[in-house]
Order: sequence, then C-alpha cells, then structure tokens
Amino acid sequence: MKHLAVLAALLAPLPALADVNPADWDAVTAEAAGQTVYWNAWGGSTTTNDFIAWVGARVAEEYGVTLEHVKLTDTADAVTRVLSEKQAGENDDGAIDMIWINGANFAAMKEADLLFGPYAEQLPNWAIVDAEGKTVQTDFTVPVEGFESPWAMAQVVFVHDTADMPARLGSMQALLEWAQANPGRFSYPQPPDFLGTTFLKQVLVDILPDPSVLAVPVTDATYDAVTAPLWAYLDTLTPNLWREGKAYPATGTAMFPLIADGELDLSISFSPGAASTAIANYELPDTVRTFVLDKGTIGNASFVAVPYNSGSKAGAMVVANFLLSPEAQARAQDPAILGYGTVLNMDALSADDRALFDALELGIATLSPAELGSVQAEPHPSWMTRIADDWMTRYGVSQ
Amino acid sequence: MVRLVTYRRALPFLPVLTLLAMLGPVGAGLIGTFLPAFGHLPAAGLVGPSLDPFRDLFGWAGLPRAVMLSLSTGIVATAVSLLIVVLITAGWSGTRVFRVLERMLSPLLSVPHAAAAFGLAFLIAPSGWIARLLSPGITGWERPLDLLIVQDSWGLTMTAGLIVKEVPFLLLITLAALGQTDAKRSVTIAQALGYGRLTGWLKTVFPRVYAQIRPPIYVVLAYAMSVVDVAVILGPNTPPSLSVQIVKWMSDPDLAMRLQAAAGALLQLALVMGALGAWRLAELIVAAAGRRWIATGARGKLDVIVAQSALGFGAASALAILLGLVVLAIWSFAGYWGFPDAFPDELTLRNWMRHGPGTLAALGETALIAVTVASAALLLTIGCLEAEYRYRLRFGGGAVWLLYLPLLIPQTAFLPGLQTMLLNLGADVGRVPVMLAHLVFVLPYVFLSLADPFRAWDTRMGTIAAALGSSPDGVLWRVRLPMLLRPILTALAVGLAVSVGQYLPTLLIGGGRVATLTTEAVALASGGDRRAIGVYGLMQTGAALVPFALALLIPALVWRNRRGLRHG
Repeated sequence: MKHLAVLAALLAPLPALADVNPADWDAVTAEAAGQTVYWNAWGGSTTTNDFIAWVGARVAEEYGVTLEHVKLTDTADAVTRVLSEKQAGENDDGAIDMIWINGANFAAMKEADLLFGPYAEQLPNWAIVDAEGKTVQTDFTVPVEGFESPWAMAQVVFVHDTADMPARLGSMQALLEWAQANPGRFSYPQPPDFLGTTFLKQVLVDILPDPSVLAVPVTDATYDAVTAPLWAYLDTLTPNLWREGKAYPATGTAMFPLIADGELDLSISFSPGAASTAIANYELPDTVRTFVLDKGTIGNASFVAVPYNSGSKAGAMVVANFLLSPEAQARAQDPAILGYGTVLNMDALSADDRALFDALELGIATLSPAELGSVQAEPHPSWMTRIADDWMTRYGVSQ
Repeated sequence: MVRLVTYRRALPFLPVLTLLAMLGPVGAGLIGTFLPAFGHLPAAGLVGPSLDPFRDLFGWAGLPRAVMLSLSTGIVATAVSLLIVVLITAGWSGTRVFRVLERMLSPLLSVPHAAAAFGLAFLIAPSGWIARLLSPGITGWERPLDLLIVQDSWGLTMTAGLIVKEVPFLLLITLAALGQTDAKRSVTIAQALGYGRLTGWLKTVFPRVYAQIRPPIYVVLAYAMSVVDVAVILGPNTPPSLSVQIVKWMSDPDLAMRLQAAAGALLQLALVMGALGAWRLAELIVAAAGRRWIATGARGKLDVIVAQSALGFGAASALAILLGLVVLAIWSFAGYWGFPDAFPDELTLRNWMRHGPGTLAALGETALIAVTVASAALLLTIGCLEAEYRYRLRFGGGAVWLLYLPLLIPQTAFLPGLQTMLLNLGADVGRVPVMLAHLVFVLPYVFLSLADPFRAWDTRMGTIAAALGSSPDGVLWRVRLPMLLRPILTALAVGLAVSVGQYLPTLLIGGGRVATLTTEAVALASGGDRRAIGVYGLMQTGAALVPFALALLIPALVWRNRRGLRHG
C-alpha cells in the first residue's frame, strides 16, 4: 500500500493532467473516488449550508468524493480567486473546484476562459433535465453551452405578513403607492447583493412598457433613456423605505427576522419556497404568504461551474450530476429543507422518482407552479452591472 | 549532547527570529501594498508606476464619508474608553468595587470582538432584547420603531461596540502599570493635603501611569480606526468605513480594483499615522492644561459625582457584553420569538442540533491554529526572555515600540499586500500561512503578558539552584518555569484568545479555505439568522474563555500544597 502511494505521488504530476473526458462516465467516477471537491457557495443561509452538507455526506457514501463547502459572502470572491490564480500561473490545482454561480459572474468567467467544459450536457442526469421548459441553456441571456450545470430554479416572489398587510400587490407601481402609504415597512437587500439588483431589475421590467430592450447588451445610447423611469421610481421610494434608505439588509435572508419582528411587512425573495421553509424553522410567523405580480416576475436558474484549473474536475462533475438526481432535487424542493424549484422534467422521471416529488408538501406560503405564473426573462448582465454601479453612486454612498 | 549545543547556540538568535516573525510579514505586506498602489501588479499584467489607483480612489463618491467614519469611530472609541478607564481607576482603585471589576476582567477580555458586537446588536436594535423587555408594558410599542440604531450613518453603535471591548483591555493595561507607580502612597499624601481621591489620583499618579500605557493606547487607536469585523456587524454600509471598503475592493472580480484597494490601504495607513500624530499633539495640550489645573490647587468638589458616573459607564459597558452573551444564548435555544415578547415561545435544542456539527468542525480548525500559534509564540517569548537573562541583553525604550509596531500598522494596510505577495510567489493559501499571519498578532500580546512576571522572578532562586549544581538549563526547566506556571498559562491563554478572535488574517490569507469560528460567525452576519449567530457566537466565546479558566484552575491544582506558588 505504501509503495502504491509513493508511486501515485510520483506519477501524479506527470500526465500534464489531461482532463478526464466527461462523456466517459465510468472513467469520471473512477477518477472521482478519493478526490476532495472545494465547493465555493454563498454561505449566508443556514438551510443551504445544511443541504450542501447533506450532499457532501451522500457523495462521500456513494462515490467516495469528499465535499468541502467554502462559505462565501460574495460569489465574486471565487471569481477573483480563479482569476488571480491564472495570473499567478496556478493552472493545475487551484483552490476552487466548483462554484455556485450564475449571471454576471458566469458571463465574466466564461468570457475569460476560466471555466472547464463543456461538460454539463454529458452528465448522465442531463437526460431528465427540463431543457425545454426551464431556462437552463441560457443564463441571463448568455448561452450556457455546457460550461455550467443547472441545479435549482429561482423566481422572484414577494413575501408579506398577512397579519399586517393582508392584500397582495399587482404591480411595482402598486408597491410604490403602498410604500408611500406605509413608510418604513419595505426594504430590499443592498446592491450589489444579487437579490437587491434583482429587485432593481424587477422594477425596470415591470414599469417599462416594452422590456424587450433589456434582452440585448446595454449601450450608452439606450442606457439613460431606458433607466430614467427606474431612478424616478427609486427617488420616490427611497425615503419611504425601512430606515429611510439609510441602511439596507445585507441579504434576502436577513429580511426574514425583520418580518418576524414586525419591522417589515413586505420583502422579496428569489426562492418561492423559502418563506415556508423559514416558517418551519421558526424564522417567520405562520401568517406569512407570498405573491407574484400580475405580469409575472423574473426567474432564473442556479448553476454549478468548474474552474479550468480545478484539480478535482471528476469529483466536481460527480457532485454536479448528483445534484441533478431525483433524490437531491426532491430534497432541495422540500420546503422543510430548502424549498428550491426543481430543474427536472417530471415527464422524464420514472414513476418511483415522480412519487418523491408528488409526496412533497409545498407548505402554506408556497405558490403552486400554476400560481407562480409566467416567468419574465432576466435582462442581459451588462444592464445589471451598470445599474448596480449607478445605484451605489446614487443611493449607496450618499447617506 | 549535540542537540543541547545547537539549542544553546540558537538561543542568542531567538530575539532576532522573534522580531523577524513579527515584522517580516508586516514589511512584506507593506511592500505588497505599496507597489500595486502605484499601479504595479505584474500578475495582472499591469506595470507601474502610475497614479491612476489614487485617482480612482479619490474619484469614489463615498470616500469623504468613509474616511470620516474611520477617523471618528477610531478616535471617539479610544478617547471614551480611556476616559472611562482613567476615571474608574482614579475614583475606585483600592476599593472593594474595584476588586470586583478586576475579577471580571479576564472573562470580559476574552470575549471575541465579533461575539460582543453581535450581542450588542441583539440588545440595542429597535427589535432588540431591551426593547422587548420594555414593550409593550412600559413603551407601549406593539411593533419596533423604525429607528436607525445598528448600522447608523455616524457609526455610533460601532463606536459603542468598540468601547465595550476596549474598556477591559485598557483597564488591564492600567492595572499592570499601576503596580509600578507607587500609587497608593501618592494618593494617601494627596488625600492628607485635602484632595479628593479622584482629583488626587489624577494629579499625582495619572502622569506616571499614562507614560506607561501610551503604547497600548496607540494600539487601540490604530485598531479601532481600521477594524473590519465589528464594522461589518455594527457599522454603516452607505458607505462603509474605509477598511471595510478596502476588503470589498480586494474581493472584486475586476483585478484593477486591487490597485484601488492598495491605494485605499495606503490612505488608511496615512490616516492612522496622522491620527497617532494628532493624538500625540493632544497629549501635549492636555499635559499643559493639566499642569495649569494642578497649579490651581483645586481639591476636587465634583469627585464623587464624576467617580459615580465613570463607574456607571464602566458597569454599563461590562453589562453590555454580559447581557449580550445572555441574549446570544437565548437566541441559540429559541423557537419562534416574535416582537414584543420578552422571551421565545419555546426553548429548543434544534438550533444546536442543526449547527452543532458545523461549529465542531470550525472549532477543530480554530483550536489547531490557536494552539500551534500560541505555543510557538510562547516558546519564542520564553527563549527571548531567557536569552535576555543569560546574556544580560539590554533593550532600550525603543525595543518596546518594536513589539507594538505590528499592532500599530493597520491590518487593512498590510494584509491585502501580503495576500497578493503570497499569491505571486505561488505559495498555497491555507492553514500554515494563516498561522504565520496569526503569529504576528499573537506574539506581541504573549510577550507583553509574560515579560513582567518573567523579569520579576527572584534571580536568587537561580543562584541557589546553580550553587546546588544545576546547569542554566536545569535552572530554567526545573526552577524558573515551574515557579512561573501561572503567568505562563495566562500568557498562553492570552495568545489563544487573540488567535481565536482573528478575522481579517484568517479571511484574507486563508483564501476562504480556512474556516474558523470567527470567520464563520462573521459570514453569518450577512444572512441575519440570529439562531445560528447565537450558536456560533457562544462557541467562539467558549473557545476563548475556556483557556482562561484553565489558566486559573491548573496552577491551583498543581500547587494545591504549595501556597506560595499559587499566585506565581
């Protein structure tokens, strides 16, 4: 055994690390056994952390892969890390093996050739993914092309405490009028937090007569005219926000305790099941419900991507594939666990697997797929970057 | 034999090695900050020199407020803590009240900054425990008021969070200095001349004490101006203080932002140096005014009121930490807890079951780093002190400042540079670099904690042992160290507590891979899950507190039949 280990250590640096072929799944699982996968994922939500820990236990048991959750406060940290490693010439075994990613971070990494792939559509479980019905092949209008693998669907819902605010609101204009009548009872996470920027996009998508202009990259010519209504809206909203807009919650989950305390009546979430999960964890009162706008709300998929310099690509692919298994997807959708939407196609599942999903109690605050209504597309990421920058200059440093 | 010889040869070099361990990373980090600040970052294909980073920095709209916050929170926190400590010591030293305070010092000191900050936030927020206890009965509030208390734009809550942690530290330092000033006789004479206790102390003892506690006060000022974890938890965000913004820029995906971060770090360094200079000037002004005040011969009519209110503030700051820990504990066991209920609907073990395994993993990492670093620091310290004793080395007054130097350079000024430098060298991030970075901060505290008792040891014991045939090593191992068991364990506990509380070195040098209780707890701040924060905050406090308890307990057990050694 000892000799084998020495031999392995001697051989390891030799094969210039030809990457494993994702299509040869047996080779992938064979190479994955014994690897350690550092999954860099946002660590501010304890339910997500628990879910990732469970994934770690399962892949260790089934494939011998050790999963370490590197808890980020901002996914951009991981992007920086890979970028700096590339600059420093660390091309074979970087610190990061897998990133929970989407949107601008994905666009940046793909453009800079920092990602391994394509691999996503070679994963065995890709066969049961709902590639037709869910936005898993474009990510904020950027083509995915197999460089990241989806694992959860998210859609904006508004979370309200019916004890203080019984009625739902049908549009962002209605939200503005409600906030003026009830100052201090609404807030959104501080951009550049992704939910905060999503709120800004949701405003824009809802108040623009024709949001299709957002599907193409922003230009100097279009930017000012298109965003002018957004700034007018925010100028009216901000003084009526919680703390008059002088402080913002750091993230979406940070707003739950504020609702529980009665500081906020209304907030937003990017996870239709999160409110029910929070009720189950005592984090929200059981009078909380969710709603979507009349025209629908923005939705997108969460993905996992593998950096080009990961030393454990096979292990990362095994984890990505496991995340797409009916077992993991049903667990993620269980509001008592995580409450994330599945990316799977129910019709492609076996009867036993479908039963896993049918057995789920969605929870009192979760809308059914029909009630969630139509999903509005994310704007091109270039919009978000500029809007977030502008927001910071206008509202982020002025108090 | 060979080993002994090399060990003896190594001994004279230990002071040099210790200095290198403390100042090397600081120097390297400053160079690593200086170059990118002037546009030189070859790793990103950028070659300087250029002033663009500074142009970008000064173009940032939030800069004036961020700079103001850094200055105001740092200076106010230091001045108020010092005022409270000086007035309490002046009004109460030698009394029974004072002895109670002394006994509370170690536990208060060992509470990590992050845990104390969380506790304070959970106490004084509009929906905090104080408001819950008073509502709706006394206040009539059915819902929390929309008041900007935590994260207020002026950084007042953040300043308060710093004060409650700096008061015990400065009090400890003052107590140590007090022992060498012959305070009691001075005050007795002053009182015999008709001066009040407080005025008499201020006029006769304070100048001597202040001369001794000046370096640690400067440390507090530099720390408070550049703190990150407390600012993340309690400080404003529109914009944040300069140090927090530097850390944000460091983590921007755009590498060019690192240049701006480096420029910000140099500005932070200049701010701290400027503030230290201003403080020195203020000292001269206060000294001149003080001499005039002494000359007036005022006996101190207001002594009682001043002493009472100082005690009130001191007690409030101690209470803020203790009640903060209580409310962390309640949240960690809380089921649903709505406002304005004074207590949760039910207490449950669920939160601990959920977060227990995660905290244990983080505790293991925390303990491994802390024990290694504190032991290394202890070894180097004992080696230095023993070398000083054996070779009759003399350190001038400047040597003390060398010890304080790594604590006077703001963390945000050299840690980003150190991270960039390690990366350029291709050194892997991880545990070992984190340990080296911790050593920079742990060494001075361990040294300062052990130096006085070590030097105060009665060298005649050594002479007797030598006369009985003991070698110098025998004297050290069989006489001196056992006699100094208690201060050695206390120094070790100080080192452990300092290491446990480190946030920025762990975060930046660990590259996110090294997850200690402190980094995990601060990461939870953004998620706002108070139950999880309660669990992590308590574990973090425990990790720092238990060593202090052991440092008291072990000597009492080992020397249970040696009364003279128990207080070492």
